[in-house]
Amino acid sequence: MDILTGALRAGFSVDAAYFCLAAIGLNVQFGYAGLINFGQAGFLAVGAYGFAVGSVWLGLPFFTAIGLGLLCSVALGLVLGLPTLRLRADYLAIATIAAAEVLRLFFGAAFQDVFHGRDGISGFSAAFQAANPFHQPFLGYRPADLWVMTVGWGLVVIVSVFVWSIMRGPWGRVLKAIREDEDAVRSLGKNVYAFKMQALAIGGLIGALGGFIVALGQNSVQPDNFSFDLTFIVCTMLVLGGAARIMGPIVGAVAFWACLSLVSGILGALTEGRDPVIPAWLMTADQIGTVRFVLVGVALVVLMIYRPQGIFGDRKEMALHA
Amino acid sequence: MPERTPAAARSGPDPAVILRVENVERRFGGFTAVDVDHLAIRRGEITALIGPNGAGKTTLFNLLTGFDRPDAGRWTFDGRPLAGVPPHRVARLGMVRTFQLTKVLSRLTVLENMRIAAPGQLGERLWLAPFSLAWGRGEKENTARARALLARFLLDDKRDEPAGSLSGGQRKLLEMARALMVEPRMVMLDEPMAGVNPALKQSLLEHIVSLRDDGVSVLFVEHDMDMVHEISDHVVVMAQGRVIAEGTAREVTKDERVVTAYLGERFGGDLDDAAAAPGAGRGR
Repeated sequence: MDILTGALRAGFSVDAAYFCLAAIGLNVQFGYAGLINFGQAGFLAVGAYGFAVGSVWLGLPFFTAIGLGLLCSVALGLVLGLPTLRLRADYLAIATIAAAEVLRLFFGAAFQDVFHGRDGISGFSAAFQAANPFHQPFLGYRPADLWVMTVGWGLVVIVSVFVWSIMRGPWGRVLKAIREDEDAVRSLGKNVYAFKMQALAIGGLIGALGGFIVALGQNSVQPDNFSFDLTFIVCTMLVLGGAARIMGPIVGAVAFWACLSLVSGILGALTEGRDPVIPAWLMTADQIGTVRFVLVGVALVVLMIYRPQGIFGDRKEMALHA
Repeated sequence: MPERTPAAARSGPDPAVILRVENVERRFGGFTAVDVDHLAIRRGEITALIGPNGAGKTTLFNLLTGFDRPDAGRWTFDGRPLAGVPPHRVARLGMVRTFQLTKVLSRLTVLENMRIAAPGQLGERLWLAPFSLAWGRGEKENTARARALLARFLLDDKRDEPAGSLSGGQRKLLEMARALMVEPRMVMLDEPMAGVNPALKQSLLEHIVSLRDDGVSVLFVEHDMDMVHEISDHVVVMAQGRVIAEGTAREVTKDERVVTAYLGERFGGDLDDAAAAPGAGRGR
C-alpha cells in the first residue's frame, strides 16, 4: 500500500510539475511544429539562472527576476533558431543538444562570482515562501513543497489552456501543417520561418517556467539540475503521453514519475531484509536507483513497439504519414 | 483562339504578359540545368511547358516561385521583379504553384488543408491566436469558400477525412483546389496529370480549363502530348535547360528541333503523324 501511495505522491510532486512544464513546452515545439529540440534542459537552465541571478546578484524584486528569466529563454530561442531554422530539421537538433551542454558547463565553470560554480546559486525564495498560505503538512508534503506544487500545477493548467487556445485555430493549424510538409505551407503563402521561430520561443518560455519551479522547489539552482538526462526524460514523457495532444505531456509526466516511484518501491520491497526475494548476488538495495531506470527504459521500448502513438495518440493517424 | 506573336510579346512592358523571364540561369556544379533567355507567359491563357526528362522544367518552376535561387537572371510577375523574393511572398503576390509529387498535409483533414491556404487570416498572428472572437468570422467565411471549392472539385464528402487517406488523383485535385484558396492570378501546375487514372484525367483537364475561364493564368508542366494538344493555348518546349521552341501545340509538334529533342533524329517522321492526328499513337 505504501508503495502505491508513494507512487501517487511522486506523480504529483514538485519534480513532476516542472518536468510537466518542460514537456508541454517541448510539445509545442516537437509535437505540433515538428521542431526537434534536444536541448529543453537548456531552456529550463537559462530560465532558472536568469531568475536566480536576477534575484541574488542583481537584487531584483521577485517578478522582475521572473521576467528576466523569461527574457533569457526567448533570447536562447532566437540564438538557436535564427541560424538553424532555415536549414533542415536535424541542424536544430544538433544545435540544441550542443547549446544545452555548453550552458550547463558554462554555468558550472564561468563567472564564479555570479554563478558560484557547481554549488550553484541559492537563497532567493524567501519572498516566494513569505506568500505561502500553507502552514501544516498535508498528505505528507511539507508546507514549502505544497506551495511550490500549487504554483507549479497551477502553471500547468494555465499553460495548457493557453496552448489549447492557440492550437485550435489558424495559428496552430499552420504549425501542424509545417510538421507535415514545410514546402507545401510555403507554397501557400505562409512565412514558415516566422512560425517556427514563434513555436521555438513559446516552447522555450514554457520550459523557463519549469526552470522557475526547479529553482523555487529546492531554493537553489545548480548546473547539474539541467543535465542531458532531463531533456531525455522530458522527450520520453511526451512520447509516453502522446505528442500533439493537450493532455499528452501532463499525463506522460505524471505517469512517468508514478511508474518510476512504483518500480523503485517494488524493487525496495524485493531487496530488503536478511533473506531478500532477489538474491544479493543479482541486485542489492543500493542499485535500485540505476535499475529502475533500466526497467523503465525496457518498458518504454515495449511501449514503442505496441503503442507507438502513446497514451493519447491515434494509431490510424500515425499510419497516415506517407 | 487569337493568333500569337511571340516576338511582340517579348519587347517592352505588355499588359498581355503576366510572367516575363529574362536570362535566368541555374547551374549545379558544371552542369547548367536552366538557361532561359526569354520567356513570356500570357495573361488569361493556358501555357504548357513540355520537354523530355531532365529538360529543366521543374527547376525552372522552383526558380520562378522562389524555392530555388538562380545564378543569374531577372523575372517579373505582373511587372513586379521577383528575383530574391522568398516563396511565401511569391504566393501572396498571386503566383501559386503545385508540386510534381503532391504535397498534401496528410494528418490534417481535407477541409483543414483548404482552410490553411486562405490568405490574410487574423488568427495566424500569434497575439490574436488565443482569441477566437478575432478570427472566428474570417474562419467561417474561409470555410464556406473552401466548401464551395471542394464541391466543385468533387471532394466535399471527403472533407472530414485526413488528406493522407485520399487516392493519388484526389490528392492532385485537392492540391489544385487548395492553390485556388490562395486567390491566385496565376497557377503553376507541376505535372498535374502524373499518376492519375484516365477517368480522372479528363476531369482534371476540365478543371484546368475552368481555371482559365475564371481569369486565372495557367502554366503547367506535362509529358503527355495528347493533354497538351487538348487544352493548351500556347506551348513552350524546353530541352537541356533551354527554351527550344514556342507556339501552338500543332506548330510545336511539327518543329524539327522539338522532334529531335524528344525522340532523337532518326524518329523524326513519327511525331509529325501524331500532330496531324492528335490522340493517335505517338512514337514507337
